[in-house]
Amino acid sequence: MTGVSEPIGVLPAVVAEEQRDLSVRIRRNAEYVVIPLFALAASVVLFSLFLIAIGKSPLTFFALVERGGFGTAFSLQNTLQRSAPLILTALAVAIPARLGLIMIGGEGALVMGGFAAAVSAIPLLGHVPPLPTLCLMALVGVFVGAGWVGIAGLLRYARGVNETIASLLLTYIGIATMNFFVEGSFRDISNPNKPSTKPIGEAYMVGKIPGTDVHWGFAVGIAVAIALHILMTRTTFGFAARMTGGSMRAAQAQGLPVGKLIIACTMIAGGCAGLAGFFEVAAIQGRANASLIAGYGFTGILVSFLARHNAIAIIFVAILFGGIVASGGLVQRRMDMPDATVLLLQGLTFVVLLVSETLYGRFKIFQVAGAADRT
Amino acid sequence: MTKLPLSRRRFLQVTAAGIASAGAGVARAADNVTIGIVYVGPRDDFGWNQAHAVAAKALKQVPGVKVVEEENVPETDACAKSMESMINLDGAELIFGTSFGYFDPFMIDLAKKYANVEFRHAAALWNAAKHPHNLGSYFGYLNQAHYVDGVAAGLSTKSNKIGFVAAKPIALVLNNINSFTLGVKRTNPHAAVQVIFTGEWSLPVREAEAANAFVDAGCDVVTCHVDGPKVVIETAEKRGVKTCGHNASQAPLAPKGFITGAEYKWETIYKRFAANLAKGEKLPNEVVGGYESDMVQNTAFGAGASEEARSAALAAIADLKAKKPIYVGPLKDNKGKVVVDKTYDNLDPFLFQIDFLLEGVVGSIT
Repeated sequence: MTGVSEPIGVLPAVVAEEQRDLSVRIRRNAEYVVIPLFALAASVVLFSLFLIAIGKSPLTFFALVERGGFGTAFSLQNTLQRSAPLILTALAVAIPARLGLIMIGGEGALVMGGFAAAVSAIPLLGHVPPLPTLCLMALVGVFVGAGWVGIAGLLRYARGVNETIASLLLTYIGIATMNFFVEGSFRDISNPNKPSTKPIGEAYMVGKIPGTDVHWGFAVGIAVAIALHILMTRTTFGFAARMTGGSMRAAQAQGLPVGKLIIACTMIAGGCAGLAGFFEVAAIQGRANASLIAGYGFTGILVSFLARHNAIAIIFVAILFGGIVASGGLVQRRMDMPDATVLLLQGLTFVVLLVSETLYGRFKIFQVAGAADRT
Repeated sequence: MTKLPLSRRRFLQVTAAGIASAGAGVARAADNVTIGIVYVGPRDDFGWNQAHAVAAKALKQVPGVKVVEEENVPETDACAKSMESMINLDGAELIFGTSFGYFDPFMIDLAKKYANVEFRHAAALWNAAKHPHNLGSYFGYLNQAHYVDGVAAGLSTKSNKIGFVAAKPIALVLNNINSFTLGVKRTNPHAAVQVIFTGEWSLPVREAEAANAFVDAGCDVVTCHVDGPKVVIETAEKRGVKTCGHNASQAPLAPKGFITGAEYKWETIYKRFAANLAKGEKLPNEVVGGYESDMVQNTAFGAGASEEARSAALAAIADLKAKKPIYVGPLKDNKGKVVVDKTYDNLDPFLFQIDFLLEGVVGSIT
């Protein structure tokens, strides 16, 4: 990203500079669109070769992906609904990544956030109206998630503990903690065969976005992604965070509050995952139980890396992901292929996209002389 | 809920029906019954999912029935979306949800949304007063087949120590452990059944550890109730002890030590539903049963089953088909308290409320 230069006056030189700046930005940004599209096309070709090798028709396959993921109103909503938790869990990876921290604790924060949200609602049911209850649940989910990943951030800052390992291990602790309570003191005894908390009840559930079958978590995910994009690219906080990501030592030498940045960014990350957990409970499950452990936190890692930790790109990658998963069922059913086929397509796509990372800056067409600063 | 998906569905249904019955008049075309089945894990897991997949395969052989399947569908909104996709894109008229967590809230909500589609769920959860009537339950009393396992196992142990690897201490699992133990007692009152709970439905590493621990402790027969019994059976076979299976056939995994196994026979239920559907009859809301209605079975005897064990097991099966009860009261739990005060019928709802381990079981729920 280039720094944003505010127009100061109407001097012709400044205008010319701005126009040049604009063309530079278009050419540079084109690189971020063309290379991923090229990579996607390449993975489609590779996967088609695989399909031909096992005697299946690539045309049928991609027609089914289109139909199952995007082709009908139902399919599209299916896709969007599946992408909703992924946007938030991907943001949980992307924000610390801008600081150079690889945090993979989204799953734990999602589970803990969702569990805490469900528990916080239980004493309020029937006494407090749904809207304030849901707001409280969301806040509890966000703060518990923030606190959870924040622990890994604090350990990193205060003791130099590797944040990747710490956040991963915290995930297991989070899952075990939820299981302990759900199978113990918070268990709904009327449900003898699946340990769960008490249900919050239909009246307290988050509804669907009007005119669709997609819950509000999708819209909130997009809003959070946009807000965080602005935070990371248009504020001094974001600038300091990205500078720290460039070189932590240099940032420290410049007097930036690196410790605070680490803790703030890890807490934002955990908050996003906790919010995803809240929506899983309040919009989908209606209670906390082992179904919260659905791997959204881990899928979010892939989404974030594919989106190059760019909050806006995460929205699109998450939708692409949702579409592939949504169409996976139709592919299984119509082509009599195992579930692993779609995993193979996903894996192939990731590898090709990651390889394509090495192509950035190698094509002259995207390069502009004298504009070498890039983060 | 908005009108959009509903009207779309109508449109699709009408279109599908129009295409299918083109030229066939009012009567439904013979091949127009589409049934969707959703699994939580892979279809070849040697366990719960495979038991359903085997039945789905048998269902596919029925003329006029088209089966669409989806595996590895988690108990999240993904299962609802998979089922909706089967309804909207494949025209499924009947959906079987085979995982416990699919029911509430997902299948309940779907049944309300799609009033013309029938939903049946594999656990005894449906309640006429609470749930929609295009939804229902089907379930097999697998504990009967575990009882038969126990009868054979009692005659197969020399050390009088039998190991049972169990997932979670919930009613369903406890019922199977108790029934297995009652079977063991029938043929060998001196044998004890040791239990280890792994705490999860699928924890292969801990399942292997438990199986090894049993063999180290002197057990010479091992059985289990976990989602995928593959690891337990293979580990026990490797250690040279005999095994009884669970859910589906694990006979190929243990060519030397396999005795028999407790298997569901979902095929009976699925074919019955399909027949109802083809005739345009109302589908029953609750179908539960055991040996007396051909809804559970035991795996064909393996090399580990002695002649004696075989004939005792066959006798036990004959008893169950004649509805002879397994829980004959009074029975004490393994702490000495009377927990079964009278004799319970084999299909008594009491069996879904079990929260104890009977005398003869070594282990604790807490």
